[in-house]
Amino acid sequence: MPMFKPLARPLPFFALWMLITLMLGLSLQARAAEDETLAQAGALLVQKFDQRADAVALLVERDHPRTQEILRLLQDGELYYRKDDDRLFVIKSAETGAEALDLLDGSAVTIEKKRDFKKVTLNNQMRNQISQALAEIGLKAEDPKRRAAAVRELLGALNEDTVSVLRNRIGNEPVAEVRELMVLALAIQDLEKGDEATRLQAIEQLDGSLEPPVRNALTALLGSDAADQVKRQAQLALNGIDEKIRYYGMLETLYFGLSLGSVLVLAGIGLAITFGVMGVINMAHGELIMLGAYTTYVIQQLMPNHIGASILVAIPAAFMVSALVGIAIERGVIRFLYGRPLETLLATFGISLVLQQAVRSIFSPLNRSVATPDWMSGLVEINPVFSLTLSRLYIILFCLLVFVALVVVLKRTPLGLQVRAVSQNRAMARAMGVRSKWVDALTFGLGSGVAGVAGVALSQLTNVGPNLGQSYIIDSFMVVVFGGVGNLWGTLVAGLSLGVANKVLEPWAGAVLAKILVLVFIILFIQKRPRGLFPQRGRAAEG
Amino acid sequence: MFLMEALKKDRGGQVLLGVLLVLVIAVPLLNLLVPEGHALHVPTYTVTLMGKYLTLALLAVAVDLVWGYLGILTLGHAAFFALGGYAMGMYLMRQIGDRGVYGNPLLPDFMVFLNWDELPWFWLGFDQFWFAALMVLLVPGLLAFVFGALAFRSRVSGVYLSIITQALTYALMLAFYRNEMGFGGNNGLTDFKDILGFDLQADATRIGLFIASALALALGYLLCRVLMVSRLGRVCVAVRDAESRARFLGYRVENVKLGVFTVSAMLAGVAGALYVPQVGIINPNEFSPLNSIEVVVWVAVGGRATLYGAVVGALVINYAKSYFTAELPEIWLFALGGLFVLVTLLLPRGITGLLRRKEASA
Repeated sequence: MPMFKPLARPLPFFALWMLITLMLGLSLQARAAEDETLAQAGALLVQKFDQRADAVALLVERDHPRTQEILRLLQDGELYYRKDDDRLFVIKSAETGAEALDLLDGSAVTIEKKRDFKKVTLNNQMRNQISQALAEIGLKAEDPKRRAAAVRELLGALNEDTVSVLRNRIGNEPVAEVRELMVLALAIQDLEKGDEATRLQAIEQLDGSLEPPVRNALTALLGSDAADQVKRQAQLALNGIDEKIRYYGMLETLYFGLSLGSVLVLAGIGLAITFGVMGVINMAHGELIMLGAYTTYVIQQLMPNHIGASILVAIPAAFMVSALVGIAIERGVIRFLYGRPLETLLATFGISLVLQQAVRSIFSPLNRSVATPDWMSGLVEINPVFSLTLSRLYIILFCLLVFVALVVVLKRTPLGLQVRAVSQNRAMARAMGVRSKWVDALTFGLGSGVAGVAGVALSQLTNVGPNLGQSYIIDSFMVVVFGGVGNLWGTLVAGLSLGVANKVLEPWAGAVLAKILVLVFIILFIQKRPRGLFPQRGRAAEG
Repeated sequence: MFLMEALKKDRGGQVLLGVLLVLVIAVPLLNLLVPEGHALHVPTYTVTLMGKYLTLALLAVAVDLVWGYLGILTLGHAAFFALGGYAMGMYLMRQIGDRGVYGNPLLPDFMVFLNWDELPWFWLGFDQFWFAALMVLLVPGLLAFVFGALAFRSRVSGVYLSIITQALTYALMLAFYRNEMGFGGNNGLTDFKDILGFDLQADATRIGLFIASALALALGYLLCRVLMVSRLGRVCVAVRDAESRARFLGYRVENVKLGVFTVSAMLAGVAGALYVPQVGIINPNEFSPLNSIEVVVWVAVGGRATLYGAVVGALVINYAKSYFTAELPEIWLFALGGLFVLVTLLLPRGITGLLRRKEASA
């Protein structure tokens, strides 16, 4: 039996219809009330400061849906009125020829004369009123993140009205994090206004918080005429906070260093295969990275509406492009030069020049801009003094991913087994039936392809231009040589530690000097351990 | 007679020195005596260009000395060249005196611009030509000595050595780009007025510099030739071809390498010192690793371990570079890159190797 038979039962159907009409009517009525409020407020806003303040109060009191928007416009000084008819307009830049949007119906008007419009200005009292109103609206927001942001704005900026608002809300706040922020806000207030006991209690509450206003309030307290006991406690709390800030500062340096190191590892790891495993000095390695970056650019041009996905498409595409070019280089040039590393160096350097010029001729010598997808930009805020930029985080993860993939390929696949066999003892491997030439081409292709993948990552960090490769080639060689030729783990450790060393040195030596110091360090290190951090052992190393 | 002995079997060297002699006599005459507009007139611009090529040829000879005979593929010789150039540039800077833009009698323009009050200590003495000339030899020599002593003692060789020489010149480039270093930062040293009291723009000075370059190349060539036909030269070749064996025979391989490397660096310094007054500027770009590699290519194209091959390679490629970058800038890098590949694949003994083979078969 059907559950619902509207025609057989006219009464509920009619009731439903009535209900809809009623609701429609109510909502129409509500719209009308809102429009009226807006009109009233608008009329007040074009008058003197006192009336403007009334307008703000009116909007807040009636809880108009556009209150927040209008208050922000007022705060930013973007609300104007036309002198002829007192209509309100939103104007981003008050220039002749710019656009003015009608506040009520959103229609656009072109400004013919600047003098026709006048800004709705605020006085200090109104600024306070507006920021307080905005804070209160924020505290009522559904989204806990927006509530937290609202409380954060109140830190160190409380007055009697907002204190009472906070005290009322604190009991009802369901989210612990927001509640803690509220406690902080009130504690800062107590620190400023309270007696000795409240101050001591407040310091206890503030202890260990990293919010900047907390630190400011404690510093201010030290300079005030508070009791010695209070000052001592405040000093202790302040020391604790500074200690924490230093700690997070170190973490941040480490993070920057790791991300720089990941870039170095990505740039160098392809070389670790071609140079390390095969013994081929490929000076065109940088250009293979560049090709990867340009592939990213081309893919983005092909799918301009899917920037987010384009990066994911670019990774395999760049791998293929660079790998094919690499295989072509190996088949065309390098295979004639095995066993003559210095000649290989010259020939591949020639290839790098040709590739650079090719890119210059095809894409123009100017830098191309590669867009960063939305999901890669942004921050992960750990606490107020320490946040992780997402793009760096992705680079680190990507680097580790590529590294693991390479290790798996070399250690767990038949190809990897053959690659290692050929690199350790070519004659023996051939005797065992390994097609060494084929393996050479594939190994070189693998190393080149990884360079292309590195190019995708680099396209997100630096300018994509014909000189992109050149600027990374020396760094890549340094990483591989420092880590020990023929050792992927060495490359990883070397790249990351050089990156961290660079960032640790940077604050007191400056970026350029830090780089020079690292280079000098590597030069000296090679003297001490000519085979790098993790030298290859056995006969193969004696080549 | 010692020299005659060294040149007796060296057909290439004889030709080279003969050509240099002809140039030294003919070019000034054709420039000064033949009137402008005449078909045989050599304009001053060309004289300076040729002088510049000769200094680059000297640099190539220095590289051939260590790469051709010792097997050390240096990717950092431009560093020694640039250091010699900077030493000369500093002398020329001091010669400007109060004729700079700011008219400061004591400080070069860029120091005035950086609000420096006094000359840094390492600029002292550079107002004397003899001191600057000494530094042209000493600074590159000392750097090569220290660097080589470290590297050769610890038996860094082959590709590793190549890469750390590259790191060396790269580090120096970064360092010289810094304004705080006191060498003019990005812009380097320029706006030179005169050398030893002679106006740098005058035709006679330019011809003088050209002759000096030709002489330096000839002397440098002879020095290298004499060194390489001597016992030391044979030890060098032994080290190049079988380092361990030479060591087991009791030769101090490190000392041989260190000595020759240092001499080569000094030659490069001289080349740089003669290069700077002719081009009129020295900036950190001269340290760029690319330049060093280019020199190696000149040597490879000309023919390794012949010395005169290096000269031929340097002249041919630099002439081609001047021509192509002016006429067909798009083609130049394709041509240069292609040349590297072709020469290494098809002409392992370079252009002069081709000639020698013809000679042998004829």
